[in-house]
Parts: sequence; structure tokens; C-alpha cells
Amino acid sequence: MYPFTLIRPESPAAAIKNATKGTKFIAGGTNLVDLMKLDIETPTALVDINGLEAFNTIETLPDGRIRVGALVKNSALAWHSEIARRFPLLSQALLSGASPQLRNMATTGGNMLQRTRCYYFYDPAFPCNKRVPGSGCPAIDGYNRNHAVLGTSEHCIASHPSDMCVALAAIDPRVMLHGPRGERSIAFAELHRLPGSTPHLENTLLPGELITAIELPSLPFAVHSHYLKVRDRASYEFALASAAVALDIQGGTIRAARIALGGVGTKPWRSKAAEKTLVGAAAGDATYKIAADAALNGAIPHKHNAFKIELAKRTLVRTLNIVGGNA
Amino acid sequence: MNNEITGKPIDRVDGRLKITGGAQYAAEFPMKDLAYGVAITATIAKGHIASIDTRAAEKIPGVFGVLSYKNSMSLHFPQGGDPGSGKYAEKDLLPLQSDRIFYDGQMIAVAIADTFEKAEYAASLVAITYEPETAVLEIEPNASNARQPKTGLGNQPMQTKRGDASTALANAPVTIDYTYTTPVYHHNAMEPHATTAQWTGDELLIYDSTQSVYGSHSLMANMLGLEPEKVRLIALYIGGGFGSKGFSWPNTVVAAMASKLVGKPVQLALARQQMFTTAGRRSQTIQNVSLGADRDGKLLSIRHASIVETSFVDEFIEPCGVATTMLYACPNLEVTHKVVNLNRGTPCPMRAPGESVGTYALEAAMDELAVKLQMDPIALRLANYADEDPQKKKPFSSKNLRECYEQGAAAIGWKDRNVQPASMRQGRYLVGYGMATATYPANRSASTARAILFADGRAEIECCTQDIGTGTYTIMTQIAADALSLPITKVKVKLGDSDFPKGANSGGSQVSASVGPAIRAAAIDVVGKLAKLAVQDTGSPLHGLDEKTIQANNSGIYSSAEPQRGESFQALLSRLRLDRIDALATTNVSTRAPEAGQPEAIRNYSFHSWGAQFIRVLVDPDLYTVKIDKAVSVMDIGKVLNQKTATNQIMGGMIFGIGMALMESSVYDPARGRVVTRDLANYLVPVHADMPVFDIRFIDRPDVLISPIGARGIGEIGITGTAAAVANAIYHATGKRVRDLPISLEKLMD
Ligand SMILES: Cc1cc2nc3c(=O)[nH]c(=O)nc-3n(C[C@H](O)[C@H](O)[C@H](O)COP(=O)(O)OP(=O)(O)OC[C@H]3O[C@@H](n4cnc5c(N)ncnc54)[C@H](O)[C@@H]3O)c2cc1C
Ligand code: SF4
Repeated sequence: MYPFTLIRPESPAAAIKNATKGTKFIAGGTNLVDLMKLDIETPTALVDINGLEAFNTIETLPDGRIRVGALVKNSALAWHSEIARRFPLLSQALLSGASPQLRNMATTGGNMLQRTRCYYFYDPAFPCNKRVPGSGCPAIDGYNRNHAVLGTSEHCIASHPSDMCVALAAIDPRVMLHGPRGERSIAFAELHRLPGSTPHLENTLLPGELITAIELPSLPFAVHSHYLKVRDRASYEFALASAAVALDIQGGTIRAARIALGGVGTKPWRSKAAEKTLVGAAAGDATYKIAADAALNGAIPHKHNAFKIELAKRTLVRTLNIVGGNA
Repeated sequence: MNNEITGKPIDRVDGRLKITGGAQYAAEFPMKDLAYGVAITATIAKGHIASIDTRAAEKIPGVFGVLSYKNSMSLHFPQGGDPGSGKYAEKDLLPLQSDRIFYDGQMIAVAIADTFEKAEYAASLVAITYEPETAVLEIEPNASNARQPKTGLGNQPMQTKRGDASTALANAPVTIDYTYTTPVYHHNAMEPHATTAQWTGDELLIYDSTQSVYGSHSLMANMLGLEPEKVRLIALYIGGGFGSKGFSWPNTVVAAMASKLVGKPVQLALARQQMFTTAGRRSQTIQNVSLGADRDGKLLSIRHASIVETSFVDEFIEPCGVATTMLYACPNLEVTHKVVNLNRGTPCPMRAPGESVGTYALEAAMDELAVKLQMDPIALRLANYADEDPQKKKPFSSKNLRECYEQGAAAIGWKDRNVQPASMRQGRYLVGYGMATATYPANRSASTARAILFADGRAEIECCTQDIGTGTYTIMTQIAADALSLPITKVKVKLGDSDFPKGANSGGSQVSASVGPAIRAAAIDVVGKLAKLAVQDTGSPLHGLDEKTIQANNSGIYSSAEPQRGESFQALLSRLRLDRIDALATTNVSTRAPEAGQPEAIRNYSFHSWGAQFIRVLVDPDLYTVKIDKAVSVMDIGKVLNQKTATNQIMGGMIFGIGMALMESSVYDPARGRVVTRDLANYLVPVHADMPVFDIRFIDRPDVLISPIGARGIGEIGITGTAAAVANAIYHATGKRVRDLPISLEKLMD
């Protein structure tokens, strides 16, 4: 680990002021500190935002939206009664991630910005376009079992590891930001970037910008939702494939749908194409299979991850069936 | 004695100490001026170091130096090679002696500083360049050049024949012939390989995480060119080894070298990532099994041909086929092993080396044969039950395997099994039942122990063996307490110190059967000495009796004819004004070298443990996630010394086997030969949520031929058969036979 200084600002303004080039915000530290130990992240200073109490609350706004502060712990968010009732998919996604100890440290903001679990990214002895731009991507011809099949480029095929973000991709909250140039908000869908030719640029935050909160829309049909995660062991493991689904079914017909996939995309993968096939169709296995095909349309397999295409389809069909009441 | 404590499920005597953090492991000995070493490992698979630039590292205040082949002391080539007296894992690669690189991850330097953090930072600033050469990275393309070694570890034969397997196979009415493959597995003990070394003048004190305190001690003296008396090596507690700490790896000797360089005690613990390269592993295996049988399932021929791999700097051959030579009665057999050299770190024994992966292949093949014969898998095994060792042609010391099958079948509900694969359901899930035989040799070797009885009525036992986390302290306390007739609270067993008399190393599941009898003998000798003193002492109620009629009872010695006549140890010793009575006993019995002057029982019998493993799985029919629902193990391991620690060993072994079957696998980058799954996020082992309901039972019938204690070892047998039982259960659930471990879900998807 490289030496660094620790800064503990007492206000958001001070945090932003201290977030100069080469520094990093630290929240739960469960991803950042691991990466620092491996010399993958080498910040000169850490700006510790844990003292910013204002970012640690969950609040229901008068219009039904829910505002979740960036410092709210994954466990607190998952067990929050209104979240569990109104957004089961989010609660389930959070609880399927990591372990209780980690969830007690991990924060909403940090979870969104956690970095890939690509084996090669994690080992500085290998080249990696994400770590060292232009150095190459050994995963493409190497071992790529946990890699993405959607949204890949010839420069990077790393999957986005977050479970929470898959549920958020389906919910599509606003992400509230505060930076040197003031406050702004963006749609969740705009937060993460595709790798393209710049896999080292993972999000659209401006330099020094802090995530302060997310605002969940009032999406009433999200009460009919589910998150299903398929993995190599029963707990404490990232998804091979996962699906977040919310359905509005009335009289056997699907009125609205939200579909997102995990484990298979280079970013949390909302599939509007799949949603489109569902809306207006009769709820049932045949419809769900069409949606699954649409969701994985254009997927690009590599040597060890080709199975994820079929697995993701089956995972999505199963999740649709669970929400649709058939499983 | 009916109130024996041996066998009782007492809690671990060191449990509280461990739970409260009081047990000190090798990297937990604070000392004045302690320096910290951080190892630097190679990032190419073959070649030379072209340059090492340590200037930036050495500029950091608090950094004492960087040790590499450029400034390292010369080591002596270690003699011997038997793990009991110390084996360096890579005989042709003593650490930091040259610029040559034989595998990615080889230890090539150590940065040393006054804090761990600074040493780590310094290590990252050491700039190394290489001259790479073309490496040999994979078995498959090199299999045709494989060598066929005569013997493996401990002179075990690697090529075994009886009868004519090929002709018998060609003529057999029913045959199967399949290839089973297993990946590289890593032990991943919770405690990494770690050492703290401290020189005082020319004397060296080492705290080491080792499965062989005696061996590591003599090896260190040997390699460093010191008289053994100048070295003391201690391992009070060990956080698991599973075979990876049986041989010595660079950390131990390099800690001593680093300490010499900087003139301060040095602590060196491997990082988890380094545990994947320079701390041992299990070889990848490719095993072809052909079985021929008559229509009643009687085996006519067994052929088990394995290809394994080793490094270029030592040879460890995973003995896949050894159990195959003795498990079933079959007149024609051919077991072969071939080995390919690769630019990978050297493999070494890992929990049931050979038997673990070998019983996977053999017992999966037996299941395939049963299917082909339309025969119950248990009936097939009973049809080929070996009443004597078919290879050695000797009777087994004790074998109750039939009862293991029977009890296991009852416990899992085998009779409810619908033979047809993919026919059973529980809700959505496919249900499958699988079974396999477990077996492991019962080893015993020479051990010496000292028993000391103090005037205050306490006793101590000293023996240079070690408790690698299995419960050795506890069962030895029970054995000593019974032999001395003391409550366990009055007995302290001291292990893990080279100043103590030589005990067995922790390999081959031999400690209980080897050290237990020595401790018992020493304790009995103490009682004998006391009896002699008492009969000669006019003040003793036992005065004038024949000392042979006196025995230990209730913390004292008493006449066996008149149980009320006698006195407490304390009364006797204080009257005689003696502080202590001690005795040293050696039990020189070895099942491993049975011909050399060993007792007749040892020479005339074949010693093995037995068991039956049963698994019930639930498999999702679309997603192919596998849940082990129930695991039953019935073990015939001689006398159970402690129900709790024994259950815990078998359960741990089975969990190892479940991991091996379903998820464990070390993957090497195909282009560079560097391990890519090099931490516990990518090398998956089962977690609690994966655990089935366990039902672990013991036949608990003493093996009186192996020792007066009647116990055979138990550390390894639990893993054997487990992976096959899992694979067989998955076949039964799904109708899909995966012959390549681990059985990850993509192998089950269409
Ligand atoms: C062993 C292990 C297993 C795991 N398993 C899973 C799993 O199964 N599923 C899953 O989804 N995740 C898993 N995780 C990842 C875990 O969810 C993340 O580590 C965690 O969510 C990160 O949150 P944090 O608060 O600790 O972030 P930190 O480590 O503190 O920060 C992560 C990044 O976010 C930035 N950051 C943090 N907060 C802000 C903010 N408010 N504004 C701007 N930038 C910010 C930091 O600068 C840093 O770059 C696992 C992690 C571990 C260690
Ligand atoms: S997939 Fe992306 S993160 Fe992984 S090695 Fe390639 S560039 Fe790096």
C-alpha cells in the first residue's frame, strides 16, 4: 500500500474542496481499501466522508419518492421497512450481496462505484486497459469466466459486480451529485459508462463530485418485484447471472415492466428491449422466453463465459415467473 | 477402566484460549525490535532475473534492507528428504540462491522494515526486470512426454500390477472406460505460512507454522549449517495445514536469512496471493479408469492410469491410484502414474494425497459400472468386498466396512431411492442420492514422549509433535489423564517445541496412533516408578507389595487386589520429598516400514481405515445450482478418542470434498502460467450457507493390532469418497455425468 494522508472534512463543501486530483473519497472502504492494498488504487489522500451525517438518512418525500443518503449502509437500506415493502427487489439485491459484516460497512454511494472483479484487473502483474489505459486486455484471450457478455468492447469485457445496482437499474432513481461546480442530478442509467475505448472511465461523475443521495421514484408496481441471483455457492459470492424484475400485471396482461440483469453486463444492465416485448403481452412462460431472448440479443460470448447467455435467460425467465406468480 | 475420559466428547482444552485470541501463532510473538518482512515473487514463469533495483525501497526511512540472491547467505543443500526428519519442498530451488526462475510466484526477494506497512510499500518499489524463457505451462500438450516414475513419496510404488488387466478387460462381458479430470487445488489453511526468526549470537529461535516441528527444526539446522542444539523451533498453535505445512517452504529459512541480514528478529507471513504459488498445492490430474466385470458385478479387471504434474525443481507425484490397489477384490489390476514437469510451483501432499482425487475417479467409475450392470451401487461394492488386502495378500487389521454401508444406507434413506436417474423430485428440485467408499491407510510411526508428575498432583506431558488445529492437545490430555488416573484439569500437554522429545509429524493422519501410545507408555512408566518407590517405602500403605499388582487410580496408586489400599500421588511424593517423577518412553512401531524389526502384528497385517459416504442433493432443473441437502458418513477408524473432535475432523474432510466436487479450482492464465484465482474471492470454498445436514457416525471398534490405544488416524479419510458421492448423487438427480471437477453449473446445463 502506498502512503496517503487522511482528511476528515466536517461539511460537504469541505469534502469537495479537499477532493483534488489524486485524492479519493472513502465511505465504507470495503472496496477501496482492498484495491489500495493491492496498489491498484494509489490515492495520495483519502477524504473520509463518514462524518457527513446529513448523508446518512432515509426519507420519504411528500410525493412518495424516497431519498436515500449516500452514506446509508447497505444493511440499513435493505432492512428499512418501507424499502422492503415498496421495493422488494432492492432489499433482496442488497441482502444477496457480500456478507453481513460487509453490508454493515458498505454504503449506497460506495456500492454504486465499486469496481470490477475481473481477475486481471486485480493483479497489477498483468496488463489491463482499465487499470493502465492502453496496456491491453489479457482477459479476452485468457480466463474470462466471470466476465460480461453484454456491453463489451474489444478493449474490456469486465462485468459490473454490484447486485444493488441491478435493482437500481430497474428502478432508475435520480442520482444526486454535489461538486466544485454545484449540485446537479442525473438518471441512474447515466451514471455508469460502457467501456468502449476508455474502460478506465467508469462513470460520469465530474472531478471532485460527490454522490450525496439517490431518489427512488414512487413506482407503485415495484411492490410486485423480485431479485434472483445465481452463483457458484449459496452466499458470499458475486453473481454469474442475476435478474431484477418488477411487473405490473392486470387481468393477465402485462401493463408495465422493469427488467435489469447482473453478472452479464459491463454496467448494471437495464433491458428496455425486454421490457418492450412484455408490455401488452399475456403474462406467462412463452412471453417471458421472448423477453429473455430480447434481453440477451447481441450478447457476445468468450471462451469461458458463453454459458452466461443461456443462464441469464433462464434466470430472467425464472424471475419473471416468480413475480408473475407462477413459481 | 469404565470411567475412562478417552472417548468422551470433552471440549477442546485450548478452545477458550483460541476463541479469546490468547493462542499464539507463528506471526504473533511480539518482541523488541521486531522487523517485518514482505516477500516479493516472480511475475514470469521461466527465465532469469535481469536486474533488481532496490534503491527507491531502501530510501524509505524505516526500511532495513532488501534480501535477494544478490546479498543472501549461501544455504547448505538439505540432506535426508523424509518429511519426518525435515523435507524442503523444492530441493532444486533453495530460496534466494540464484537469479533463475522456475515458476510464476517464486519467492525472489524480501523487503524488511520496522513496520509491516513500510515493508509492503518498500516491496512494491523494488523494480525487477527479467529475461524470460519459454515455459511449459500445460499437461495436455506435453502428456506424450510424460515420465513413468517407479516410486513416489516414501518409496511408495507408483506402478502396480497383478494378473493381466488388459486381457481380462478385453474378455470381460461388461466394461466401462472413462477419463476423470481434477484441477489444481490449493490448501488455503486459514493461517498463512508464517515464521518469526530471532538470532542471539549464533543461536537461532524460530516460531514456525509447520506440521513437522521436529522436521522443520532439523532442516533449518541443516540448511543454515548450524548444530541442531543451536536452533530451537516452536509451533504452539497452527491454523491448519492440510499438508501444505508438512514440507518446508521458503518462508521459514528466508525469515532466518532476513533476520541475519538486518540483525533484528524478523516476522515473515505470506500474503494470501502468495499461498497460491510458494506454499504447495495439489497436482492437476487426468485419470483414466477402466473396469471389467462379469454380469453379476464381480470385478475381473481394474485399470487406473493417471497423469499428474510436478514442477521442475522437485518431484511430488499425486498418488491417485494407490487406494485402487487395495480397495476391491479383483484378480487383475494395473495402476500406473505418469508425470509431466511444468513451470508451476511444486505440488505437495494435500489432505489425503492420492486417495482424495483417486477415490473420486474410482468411485465415480464404480457408479458408472453399477448403472451399466443395472445393479445397486452398494451391492456392487459388496460383490467385490476385499476381506484381505488383495495387493499385499495380508489380512486387514480390522475392517467393518459392511456395517458402514448398512448404517449409512439406513441413515440417508437409500431404500427410498428410485434407481432411475432424474426420476425423483422435491418441489421444483431434482433429488439425487449418491454413495462412495472412503478409505485411508492407518499409519503409525515412532514417537517419544516424556511424562512428568509433580508433587502437587499435576502432570505434564512433553512431546515434539504438534496440534495443527485438529484437537491433538485435547485427545493427548485425555490419554494421559487415563493412564495417570488424573482428572484432565490436572494434566497439561505441551507440544510444538523442538526441545521436547521427538514425536511424529502431522502427515498421513498418524499423530493419534503414533504419539498417543508413546504418551501412554511414558505415563505408565511414571506410575511404575511410583509403585516401585511405594513398595520400598515403609511409610506407604503399599509397602511390601509386589509392584506389579499396583495400578493408578483416582489420582494415586492402589493395590489392584485391594482397591482401598494405596495413597495419592501427592501423599507419596511429599512424604518422599520428591518434586517430581518423570519418564521418557519411545514406541518404535512403524506401519510405514513394516519389515524392519517391527512386531509381528505390524508385519502380518495391512492397516487401513474405512468408511461409507452418502450424499443427497437437490438440483435446480433449469439453473443447475446444486444444494447438498444431507451428508452421511459412517466411519470405521478404530477407537474414537473424542466424539467431538472426531466428528469435527470427518465433517471438515467432507466439506473439503464438497468444495472439491462443486467449486474449488485454481486456474492458471493460459499465456503466462500465473494463477488468476489467487484469493479467497476467486478460489471458492464452501460457506455455511452451502452446508447440508450432517450425520456422522462411527463404528467405534478399537483396532487392537495397531496400538494399545486402538485408534487409527482420522484427519484425512473424511475427504475420500466425498467428491465421488456428490458426483454420483448429481448423476442420479439429473442423469448427467460430469467427469471434470469441479461440477460447476455450466457443465450441467445443456
Ligand atoms: C469479500 C467481498 C464480497 C463482496 N460481495 C459482493 C456481492 O456479492 N455483491 C455486491 O454487490 N457487492 C459485493 N461486494 C462489494 C461491496 O458491495 C462493495 O465493496 C461496497 O458496496 C462498497 O461500498 P463502500 O462504502 O465500502 O465503498 P468504498 O470502498 O468506500 O468506496 C468505493 C468507491 O466509491 C467511491 N465513493 C464512495 N462513496 C462515494 C460518494 N458518496 N461519492 C463519490 N464517490 C464515492 C470511493 O471513492 C471508491 O472509489 C463484496 C465485497 C467484498 C470485499
Ligand atoms: S476485462 Fe477489462 S478489467 Fe479485465 S483485464 Fe480486460 S481491460 Fe482489464
